[in-house]
Amino acid sequence: MPESRQHQSVPFAISLDPGSSLANKTGSWRTEVPKYVDRMPPCNHACPAGENIQQWLSSAEEAGYEAAWRQIMADNPFPAVMGRVCYRPCETACNRAVLDEAVGINSVERFLGDEAIAQNWSIESAVAPTGKRVLVVGAGPSGLSAAYHLRLLGHEVTVRDSAKAAGGMMRYGIPRYRLPRDVVDAEIQRIVDLGVRLELGTAVTELAGPLDEFDAVFLAVGAHIGRRAEIPAGDSARILDAVSLLSGLEEGERPLLGRRVAVYGGGNTAMDVARTARRLGATDAVVIYRRTEDRMPAHPIEVTEALEEGVRMRWLSTITAADAGRITIEKMRLDATGFPQPTGEFEELDTDTVVLALGQSSDLTLLAGVPGVTVTDGVVEVGANLMTGRPGLFAGGDMVPDERTVTVAVGHGKKAARNIDAWLRGTSFERPPRHAPATFDRLNTWYFSDAPATVRPRLESARRITTFDEVTGGLDESTALFEARRCMSCGNCLECDNCFGVCPDNAVIKLGDGRYEIDLDFCKGCGLCAAECPSGAIEMFPERS
Amino acid sequence: MGQQRIRFYQTGSFVVGNRLLDPDQRSVQSDTRRTNSLNSGHRACRGCGEALGARYVLDAVMRATGHQMVAVNATGCLEVFSTPYPETSWQIPWLHSLFGNAPAVATGVASALRAKGRRDVRVVGQGGDGGTVDIGLACLSGMFERNDDVLYICYDNGGYMNTGVQRSGATPHGAATTTTPAVGPDPGNSFGQGKSLPLIAMAHRIPYVATATVADLRDLEYKATRAMEFRGARYLHVLVPCPLGWRTGPHETIRVARLATETGMFPVFEAVDGEVVGVTKIRRRLPVTEYLRPQGRFAHLFGETPRSDIIGKLQAEADRTVRTFGLVDPEEVS
Repeated sequence: MPESRQHQSVPFAISLDPGSSLANKTGSWRTEVPKYVDRMPPCNHACPAGENIQQWLSSAEEAGYEAAWRQIMADNPFPAVMGRVCYRPCETACNRAVLDEAVGINSVERFLGDEAIAQNWSIESAVAPTGKRVLVVGAGPSGLSAAYHLRLLGHEVTVRDSAKAAGGMMRYGIPRYRLPRDVVDAEIQRIVDLGVRLELGTAVTELAGPLDEFDAVFLAVGAHIGRRAEIPAGDSARILDAVSLLSGLEEGERPLLGRRVAVYGGGNTAMDVARTARRLGATDAVVIYRRTEDRMPAHPIEVTEALEEGVRMRWLSTITAADAGRITIEKMRLDATGFPQPTGEFEELDTDTVVLALGQSSDLTLLAGVPGVTVTDGVVEVGANLMTGRPGLFAGGDMVPDERTVTVAVGHGKKAARNIDAWLRGTSFERPPRHAPATFDRLNTWYFSDAPATVRPRLESARRITTFDEVTGGLDESTALFEARRCMSCGNCLECDNCFGVCPDNAVIKLGDGRYEIDLDFCKGCGLCAAECPSGAIEMFPERS
Repeated sequence: MGQQRIRFYQTGSFVVGNRLLDPDQRSVQSDTRRTNSLNSGHRACRGCGEALGARYVLDAVMRATGHQMVAVNATGCLEVFSTPYPETSWQIPWLHSLFGNAPAVATGVASALRAKGRRDVRVVGQGGDGGTVDIGLACLSGMFERNDDVLYICYDNGGYMNTGVQRSGATPHGAATTTTPAVGPDPGNSFGQGKSLPLIAMAHRIPYVATATVADLRDLEYKATRAMEFRGARYLHVLVPCPLGWRTGPHETIRVARLATETGMFPVFEAVDGEVVGVTKIRRRLPVTEYLRPQGRFAHLFGETPRSDIIGKLQAEADRTVRTFGLVDPEEVS
């Protein structure tokens, strides 16, 4: 083109073609580069069952209840049970508690679990059958969880339990007012429908046979024997143990407790028995515990509910003698190390029945003669993969050293299933590395609305102590949705578009479906996106030279 | 009638968007089809509040006018960093004249459009606080007085930042600039000087006056959109922190703007026909030190001998602003 023609295309008095600033790649100014990250939210980190809580809350926020429920089911086959009996370490860890109150994760889980039962949602295994056979001994939360996961992994699973009904401590240890039995039945039935074979009323007394017959065995026999204490007692003194009382009640027995019941112990079972005693007509239920309230192993919620129901507490006390109609109590004091010491001060208390709730131990007679298995302090020693010293024999739940809760047991079941599966395939299970924690200081909490926690309805105490009706009610859809939406999505993108909006250089590309990308041609590395991300899901890294 | 806040728990109205919101309730900035009036590749500093504010406002005006808008720009940072010859970052019809006459040029553009019978095309004038509060004030006042059909936007970063951080009529009291250095018994910008252009604009009884910051996007978009519902002279005053002049980190721009409102140093309100009709209440009131401390231009107040007397006077100014505009509910006033 001749030079004169070129100049004709340029406006008057302009000697260069006008151009867009896009030619100026300002990304070269950058010394730091933002990156989207995923961090470990404290709820997920604290969950003994390893649930991906934040992920299912995120689905629930969009009213995707079935997707949320399926996300829970990937880790835990008992959402409706969990939503009632879990002591919610997730909520204790929740970052929102620093801002106002923890997200009611447990109540949302219960809503999802109940919704699944109401809608009859079911689970199917998508894995081809492996032909491997696994025996699970014990149909409690740990055994059933293991059976469920093993079945999902394609194995043939048989669960044997000596009891007439499945559920273990969920049925025989936790009173109905905390966990209605139709909920337990529904969630167990779903596991049976998945193809797990349940053999009830079948006690496993030795393991040589099963270990030959099956490719692997998982033991989860629980801890159903109440510990005794040496209390000098007269012939006519009435002393029961808590686990027998609770399981007998489940089998239809109506124990004669009398009007004045003393419960010896300070754990959750002690609260369960004292509250049960009130419901069975005891006008005076007293919990006698050696230490102070703050040292009680019982969960604060249970202590509070017991107090509301008129249960009395005698802290710093031990029972030194029991006789017909009365017990002798010695006052204790805590020494410098917090250990209770006797004071020599005694007191008498009118009591019809003493119930011992001093902990439980496992019946391990079935392990007799199995080589390689070590039992220490009444619990079975297992490796990190939950395998005992006998190859192919695994154990979990209350019979191995750990905290004794339903959620921990369910977590053991999942962990055992993964390790058994790996063992059956001749490999080993490696837990994927965890993301770095999403701590509170990483959040930009300005962006979260003020929203107090939703309180679950509870039965009034007058009705509580006369029936075994469920004490705590559930949330309805609107309140469950509200509660789910209080989640701050710690350490993971919640798709708020802040990064896309606050970049002064239009250098964030929104790809949709919650995905974003930084346009490094134009990102100057100012860090506004990272600073204004509510969830702390963007981090600045030094630019590589 | 103020903006209706979206009661939406989790992130409320504070974030740019929310996946849970209906698309018609989302902000302009969360829309992938936003105009990007001021496009990538501009030469503004890292974390520039003015670049952010200009895109926020003009994208909202573009949506409100159905993309029928002409912008007239005063000289200043915004013009210098966006249009180095022969490139432009503007994706809208854009006109630059001089430092002092942007309101007059905008008036002329509005008159020309009226002469051509184009009532659909709307005119926006814009400049920094230097070009607006000081140099262009005469023709801006004239524009207000004649009630010309122009929305004038002032991006207030409290100084002549482009030419080397000199003091303007909008520089806060006590702030150090290159012309008000932190020396002597009364360091920084003198008390008793400076002006509030929103109040001056209101005194002209023009149809609409509003203030906003880059820290509250939804409020800013609401005000830019609302301004286009009026005909006649309108004025929008947007606080846009300047990392260079305020000596803050580039990532702190939005946080500092938020602190300006939460401490009462910058009132966010709107006025119709010279009367205040809505204020954005302070959400969590903070002492002014929270706003001053992160900024290098106030560092001399927190040195070895802290100037609690100057901080006290700034706090008294903030308290007066909070009272004047009713920025906290009566029971919360300390």
